[in-house]
Amino acid sequence: MKKEGIELIKDGKRLDGRDFDELRPIKIEVGVLKRADGSCYFELGDNKVIAAVYGPREMHPRHAQDAKMAVLKYRYNMAPFSVDERKRPGPDRRSVEISKVSREALEPVIIKEFYPKTEIDVYVEILQSDAGTRTAGINAASVALADAGIPMKDLVSSVAVGKIDGEVVLDLNAMEDNYGEADMPIAMVARRNTITALQMDGRMTKEEFDKGLKLAMNACRQIYELQRTALIERYSEM
Amino acid sequence: MYKVVIPGDFISEDVNRAGEGTYIEGGKVYAMRYGVVDDKEEIKVVPFVGKYQPARGDVVIGRITEISFPYWIVDIASPYEARLHMSEATPDGEKRIEFGSMHTYLDIEDLIVAKVTNVDPLMRIDLGLMEEFQLRGSGRLITIPYTKVPRIIGRRGSMIKMLKEKCNCFIFVAKNGRIWISGKEDDMELASDVILMIANEAHTSGLTDRVASFLDSHRRVRMYNRKNKGLKR
Repeated sequence: MKKEGIELIKDGKRLDGRDFDELRPIKIEVGVLKRADGSCYFELGDNKVIAAVYGPREMHPRHAQDAKMAVLKYRYNMAPFSVDERKRPGPDRRSVEISKVSREALEPVIIKEFYPKTEIDVYVEILQSDAGTRTAGINAASVALADAGIPMKDLVSSVAVGKIDGEVVLDLNAMEDNYGEADMPIAMVARRNTITALQMDGRMTKEEFDKGLKLAMNACRQIYELQRTALIERYSEM
Repeated sequence: MYKVVIPGDFISEDVNRAGEGTYIEGGKVYAMRYGVVDDKEEIKVVPFVGKYQPARGDVVIGRITEISFPYWIVDIASPYEARLHMSEATPDGEKRIEFGSMHTYLDIEDLIVAKVTNVDPLMRIDLGLMEEFQLRGSGRLITIPYTKVPRIIGRRGSMIKMLKEKCNCFIFVAKNGRIWISGKEDDMELASDVILMIANEAHTSGLTDRVASFLDSHRRVRMYNRKNKGLKR
């Protein structure tokens, strides 16, 4: 994974001037889409993501219905203009995998038994990408699900940690992701310290992993507070 | 007065009073939905939005979407479609309608007022017609989130009574969030504007007073809704 020739850490700071345990700036807007049942616009640094939730609604095809609970569907999709080189539109191996992982990250908090035989659709569109889009997508989807009035136990928050120039750092950007040694996206229920998704690309020692996990857990709590504030403020403005 | 909560928020330790929109874990009551806390008798969370879940005894406004002998299939603004048996619509107790002539009683797109007579575990919804079941003639149908219906009706019907008087309209509010208004064009316009306003501000306190003063100055309501372009979502 490591490519030589790029110095990612200078004088104890990262390329964009962040500390090792610093998140990129986050912006959350709730209810941005009028025709969706719930929606959220989420910015994490240069990542720009929009999530839309529809449902619970009648499920088709009928044979895919679950007589006991709702079925959660999640589609992660990158816009062709979201990356430097035009991405061929449509699902590919990567986005199918991310959709599955993200869906499983959210499923534990959703109380699906309330609406048997229905489906809940989550569409996550990546408008601009700068590494960490799956975590941004999960954060946005979690807020959008709450906004749609879906019964849930809690919110899910997500962030990535990684290793660059031998240091464990939080929330990699595209440069750090491409030239770093490891990348580990994590999703968790921040208030319960329950991890609902964890992936890793690259190599880290056990100590580095533990350190990274700690960083990520702290960051998830920060993100959770932002998600919460965005939701509460939406109905307090008047 | 109204406390906004998100899923997972701790509400109370009084497990015995936990009601709709909450869940219990480890002897504590938490919010299950994004909404406001209603802490009068039970501890409930009234969600801002959501899909209508049919329950036996609810009176709903439905729209016929299909005729599938011997049933009419009815859309009741819910994730589940409902069905109305043909024997419900026969005038003098006849049980059968000739095959192919169901549309002469109720046709596709007709609006009906119906009571939910049964909801089975497979979520098949059966309807029965109310006495005055047909919504015909001049009038308009508006839809608001079903969770806001109690707000439109008000405490012991105070809000709806005021609306009917001040707007000079016939207004029928169904459990599934559909509202039928009929009256003069101007009056209907005013009534639907005010109802949308109530729905958009259902979580704020002192609403009845504000609606009363709004109703006394129609133009302010019109401007409010023009600015907000109808129902916010």
